[in-house]
Amino acid sequence: MVSLSPSETLIRDEAGLPPATRPAVLIWRRFRRHKGALIGGAVLVALALLAVLAPAIESWRGQDHEAVNLFNRFQPASAEHPLGTDDLGRDLLMRLIYGGRISLFVGLVTACLTASIGTVIGLVSGWYGGRVDAFLMRLCDGWITLPLLPLLIVLAAVDPTKVGLPAAIAKSPDLSLYRIVLIISLVAWTTSARLVRGVTLSLKTRDFVQAAVAQGASTARILFVHILPNALSPILVAATLASGNIILLESTLSFFGLGIQPPVASWGNILTNAQEIIWSQPMQAIYPGVLIFATVISLNFVGDGLQDAFDPRTEGR
Amino acid sequence: MTRFLSLRFLQALLVVLVMSFVVYSLIGLMPGDPIDIMLSGDPNMTAADAARLRAHYGLDRPLHERYLEWLGNAARGDFGFSRQHHQPVLAIVLPRLLNTLYLMIGAFVISVAIAIPAGVYAARHPRSWVDQAINLFCFAGISVPTFFLALLLIILFAVKLGILPAGGMKTIGQSSFTDQLRYLILPVMTLTIINIAQITRYLRSGMIEVLREDYIRTARAKGAHESRVVWRHALRNAMIPTVTIMALECGTLLSGAVITETMFAYLGMGKLILDSVLANDFNVALIGLLFACSVTLFLNLVADLLYAVLDPRISYR
Repeated sequence: MVSLSPSETLIRDEAGLPPATRPAVLIWRRFRRHKGALIGGAVLVALALLAVLAPAIESWRGQDHEAVNLFNRFQPASAEHPLGTDDLGRDLLMRLIYGGRISLFVGLVTACLTASIGTVIGLVSGWYGGRVDAFLMRLCDGWITLPLLPLLIVLAAVDPTKVGLPAAIAKSPDLSLYRIVLIISLVAWTTSARLVRGVTLSLKTRDFVQAAVAQGASTARILFVHILPNALSPILVAATLASGNIILLESTLSFFGLGIQPPVASWGNILTNAQEIIWSQPMQAIYPGVLIFATVISLNFVGDGLQDAFDPRTEGR
Repeated sequence: MTRFLSLRFLQALLVVLVMSFVVYSLIGLMPGDPIDIMLSGDPNMTAADAARLRAHYGLDRPLHERYLEWLGNAARGDFGFSRQHHQPVLAIVLPRLLNTLYLMIGAFVISVAIAIPAGVYAARHPRSWVDQAINLFCFAGISVPTFFLALLLIILFAVKLGILPAGGMKTIGQSSFTDQLRYLILPVMTLTIINIAQITRYLRSGMIEVLREDYIRTARAKGAHESRVVWRHALRNAMIPTVTIMALECGTLLSGAVITETMFAYLGMGKLILDSVLANDFNVALIGLLFACSVTLFLNLVADLLYAVLDPRISYR
């Protein structure tokens, strides 16, 4: 975030002006006006807290989220199991909390990875221009027109041992997690690449960048120290909106059995058998879906709120 | 125009060609090859038999050789045989493609028919309660996981109300058009709800921008009727960015079709792709994916042509 330089404060002092409001405060004031974003932010904080505290909640309630008890299948809601139990007699509430851990983790990590890939491609594309730019942007154009879900399905089905991964990693239970982060990042980088390219293009002829060039700064320094900080707010907005989409993709793939593999819980794979239980236990199919929906809509509202907050033109609208 | 068209056609062909190679290689990386499957079906086969079979079917040759052979056959219209359905691939894929197109066209037409009046109304009355309701609905539409929406609709219309079928294509023993239409309602409704949001949002912001333009004021000043100003002068220009989104949404629509078709056991392309990937039916999966890509590329080309119709400043000479 931009902070005011000492000289600017001094000038305002001498001119008898009140001290300028810090940009962060201005952004917060604008963000605060967006009701949806505030509520969404609160929902996200609550969900994140639950996810972080999951192991503590588990030991406090004494309910293991992976303990199978076949005599306890499809129990209705009770004091012991506030949301009942699933098809293997596991406590549904605990599975939902652990599922949230996975879904939020995938959303956060993949959004960061996606933003990084997009940023590097955008910087390179905007800075070098010419053929590099044309190639990367055509790639971008082509990429977003493709139907991504069918492609993700094929990518998710790839056998890790055949790409030369050592068996130790290929058999690890965490593999499905890493795989999903990786393949979603592969398809989702386009938005941030375009944004960063736009910022780079508009900044590269500006005086401060030209001054850095004249001083002999390396390209990497110019890109990451001089240009990138100016692109941070659009990247943050794009990453927030992207993380919602990522959570949707993860839950869809997990729902189809191609994402996070049981017994690890994710909101998507809790729903895998939902179509068989909607006739007998419709509520069990509704809880995980509502959680995904609440998370994604909160992220979208927060993203929208950030967009308005970073854009001074929305002031007074 | 002809030049532009042929250039774009060649570009699309190139994309499909590249995709075919990428998907061909990826499918080779999926677990198990046809011989493994034969082996698991016949306990009397020895390792030597398997090696002989691999040599016989050419599976021991390098990837690029096999790909070129596949490509040569494909160019002659021979896409191979489906392992799962015991039929030539085209005989399976074409009717499925048609079913998916019904679904997509239905959802597309209905969502545009709702999105245009909704977007225009919201833009003419920004910040009104109707605008805010539409906005909330749009946020919900982009945030709901498709499979969960389908599940909710099934719970509501098939389980609770019992007025619509939960899935399938037709009632056994019936072949009337209205019967098949009843099976289309829920899948089309699902796709419409997820598709409508983006179009409405882009149309709304496009309209708001256009309605501030000078030529709109001129049109009003010369006494043009308000409905003429909105529907003729403004809408036409506001549609230009919206058409891009509609074209891009076709990829999303196809991804949505994968989920919707699977949820409603609707025998379309999307379900075919997912099923054949899960069942190692490589030939079908490959053609299914390539057709899906071709359809979206074609629709994007149509959108480009629509540009020229909407905006005479753009010409493809």
